[in-house]
Amino acid sequence: MRELTMKLTRRMMMGAAMGGYLLSAGAAMAKTDLTFWSWRQEDRAFYTDMIKKFQEKEPEISVKFETYAPENYQTILSTALAAGRGPDVIQVRAYGNLETIATPGYLLALDKQNVPELANFPEAALAAETLRSDGKVYAVPFATQTMLVIYNKKIFADAGLKPPETWDELIAASQALKAKNITPFANGTATAWQNETIVAALLSSMLGKQFEEDIASGKANFTDPRYVNALSKLKDISQYFSPNFIGVDYASSQQLFAAGRAAMFAGGSFEVANFKAQNPGLDLGVFASPVGKAGDERLIARYYDGGYAVNAKSEKKDAALKFVRFLATPEYGTTFTNALKNLSPIKGIKIEDPLTQDVAKLADNSMSYLMLVRFRYQEPSGSVLLQSNVQKLLAGQQTPEQAAAEINKGIATYYKPFQK
Amino acid sequence: MPVSPKQARTLKHRSWVAFLVLPPIVFMSLFVVYPILSAFAYAFYEWRGLARGEFVGLANFREVLFGATMAPVVWNAFSHNVQTLIALMIIQNGGGFLLAWLLYKEPFGFRFHRVAVFVPVVLSTIIVGFLWKLFLNPNFGLVNQALLAVGLDFLARPWLGDSATALGALILANAWHFIGFPTLVYLAGMQRIPSDIIEAARLDGTSEWQLLKTIIWPLVAPSTTILFTLLFIGAFNWFEIPYVMAGLDGSPYGNTDVLGLVFYRTAFGNQSASIQNFGQGSALATLIFLFIVVFASMLTLWLRRREIQF
Repeated sequence: MRELTMKLTRRMMMGAAMGGYLLSAGAAMAKTDLTFWSWRQEDRAFYTDMIKKFQEKEPEISVKFETYAPENYQTILSTALAAGRGPDVIQVRAYGNLETIATPGYLLALDKQNVPELANFPEAALAAETLRSDGKVYAVPFATQTMLVIYNKKIFADAGLKPPETWDELIAASQALKAKNITPFANGTATAWQNETIVAALLSSMLGKQFEEDIASGKANFTDPRYVNALSKLKDISQYFSPNFIGVDYASSQQLFAAGRAAMFAGGSFEVANFKAQNPGLDLGVFASPVGKAGDERLIARYYDGGYAVNAKSEKKDAALKFVRFLATPEYGTTFTNALKNLSPIKGIKIEDPLTQDVAKLADNSMSYLMLVRFRYQEPSGSVLLQSNVQKLLAGQQTPEQAAAEINKGIATYYKPFQK
Repeated sequence: MPVSPKQARTLKHRSWVAFLVLPPIVFMSLFVVYPILSAFAYAFYEWRGLARGEFVGLANFREVLFGATMAPVVWNAFSHNVQTLIALMIIQNGGGFLLAWLLYKEPFGFRFHRVAVFVPVVLSTIIVGFLWKLFLNPNFGLVNQALLAVGLDFLARPWLGDSATALGALILANAWHFIGFPTLVYLAGMQRIPSDIIEAARLDGTSEWQLLKTIIWPLVAPSTTILFTLLFIGAFNWFEIPYVMAGLDGSPYGNTDVLGLVFYRTAFGNQSASIQNFGQGSALATLIFLFIVVFASMLTLWLRRREIQF
C-alpha cells in the first residue's frame, strides 16, 4: 500500500513537473491563449489531441480546454456571458437552447466570409445553429444525432429473424421474440424524455416528410389522422416493451439492453457507444422506423446536437475564428466521428466503424426530430407536451385522440399556423 | 475627556457585543437578505436568458398564478405539496410520536432501536432517493420481489410509473428517511415530563390510551410546535426526493410534480424545455417564500398557544 502511494506520489510529481515544463514552453511560444468551454468531460482526451493537431498548423495559438457538468453548463455559461466574460470559444447547444445565448448578442455571427468552411455543412445542420430572428448562423455544428432502432444481431439470428421493414413485420418479430421469452424492446416510459425518443425512433416513417411539411405550413396540426394513427400504433407495440414498462426508467432499460436481455432498443444513435462500452461483446445493428405499408419512404428522425461558437466579447476573435474554422474541416469531422463514434455533420468525412457507416447511411433519409427542431422555443414546449401525453397514453390513461388533442392545444397557444 | 472606569466598562462591553453581532449581520445580509431581495426584484423584470430585460410590473406573478400555461402546472404542484404535508403529518410526525412512545417505555433492546431509527436521517437524501428507486423497480426491486415471495402478487405494481401510487411512494420514502427526527424530538419531550405526573396517573388507574391522549400528548406540545412547523416548511420546499426519484418533470405526467420542481424547471430550464425564465421563476420563488413565512408564522403562533408550562 505504502509502496503504491509512493509510486503514485512520484508519478504525480513527475506529471506536475512535466506539465509545468510544457506550460512554460507553451507560454514562451504562443502569443495568443484561447479558452474553450465544453460540457463534454468524457471527450477530454479527444479534444486535447485535436488541440495538439491544431497547434501543428497554428503554433502561435494555444487553447485551454475547460469543462463543466452538463446540468450546470448552461447556467454557468450564461452567468459568465452576462457578466461580459466567458471563454473565447464556446461549445453551445442548438435550437431553442442556442437562442437563450445568441439572442442577447453574446455570440459572434458566422458567415461565409469569416468561416468559409460553413460550405462543408448541409443546410439543416446550419439551421440548427441559426437564430430565427435574424437568420444568422452562430455556431459550427458538431454532431448529427438520429433516432432509430438499435437491435441485437445475435438475438435476431438465434430467433431466425431479419430486421423488419414494415410495421406488420415489426409486430410479427416482436410476437416471435416474446413467444421465445425474450423481451422484444428494452424500453420503458418512466423517464419522461424517453417517450419523445421512442416516438421518433418508431413512428417517423409512418408520419412521413409530408406530415412535417404540413405542420410547418399549417396545413395540418397534431390532431391530423396521420399523427393519431401513428400514436395508436405506438400504443399497440408498447405491449412488447420491457415488462412493467411504465415503471422502468431510462437507466434500467439501458441496462436491460446492454446485458443482452432484450432484442431491440428504440432510441438515439448516441446510445450505441454507451452500450458498447458497457458490454463490448454486443453485436449491434440499426434500422430505421418501419413503414406503415410496403413502398413508403423509410425515415429516421434527425437533429443536430450543438456547435462551436465564438464569444462576441472576446478580444482574440481572429485566433478564435481560426480555431473554429479548424473545427469545421472534413479532417476534424473524420477524427471526431471515428474517435467518438458520433456522426459529424461535415460533408466528405471518412467513417471507419461499420455501425457508424450504417447510421450515416440511414441519416441520408430523414425527417426532423420534430418537437426539438420546431417546438422547443416557447412554453409549453412541444417536447414536454409530447412526453407527458405519450407517457399517459401508454399508461392507458388516455386515448391516442386525447393525447394528440392535448399536444395540439398546448402548441396552439403560441404557434400561429395552428390558431386558424 | 477623561473616561470613568464605569464608562470604559460599558464601552468595552458594547464593542464586545458589536464584535459578536456584526459579523453575523454582515454575513446574513450578504448571503441571505440580499439574495432574497434581489430574487424579489428579479421577479418584476422580463428576462432573456440571464440578461435582464424590461420592467414588467406584476406580469410574472400574474402568469404564475393565473396564466394559461403556468397556472395549471403551479396549482397541480401546489396540491401535491398539500397532499404531501397532510400525509407526512400523519405518517412521519404521527408515526414518530408512536415510535417515541414505544422507545420511552424502554422495551428490550431500546438502546439499539433508538440509534437504528435515527440512522436513515443521517444518510444523504440523494442516496435514500436512489436506494428507494432501486427498491421500487418493478422487475427486480426489493418491494415487488418481497410481495411475490409472500404470495401477494396482486399488490405488486410499477410503483413509480403508476399515477395512483407514484406520489405515495415518494412520501413513504421521505417518511422512511426522516421519521427518526420526530421520534427523537418526541422522545426528548417525553423524557422531560416529570415522572411523578405519569406515576400519579397510573396510580389513578388511567388506561394507556387515556395516558397518551390527556397527559403525554398535551405535555409534549413544545415538540409538536417545532415538528409541525418544520414539516410545514419542508413540505412546501420539497425537492430532493421528487427530483431524484421522479425527475424534473414530476413523472409520470405531472403526478409527482411539486413547487420546487416547477421552480427549478421554470428558472433554469430542463433538458426538454430549454427555455429559462428567470422572471417567472423568481416570481414563483417569491410566492412560495411569502406563503411559507405567513402560514408557518400563523401555525407557530397557534401551536404555541396550546403549550403548557410545567
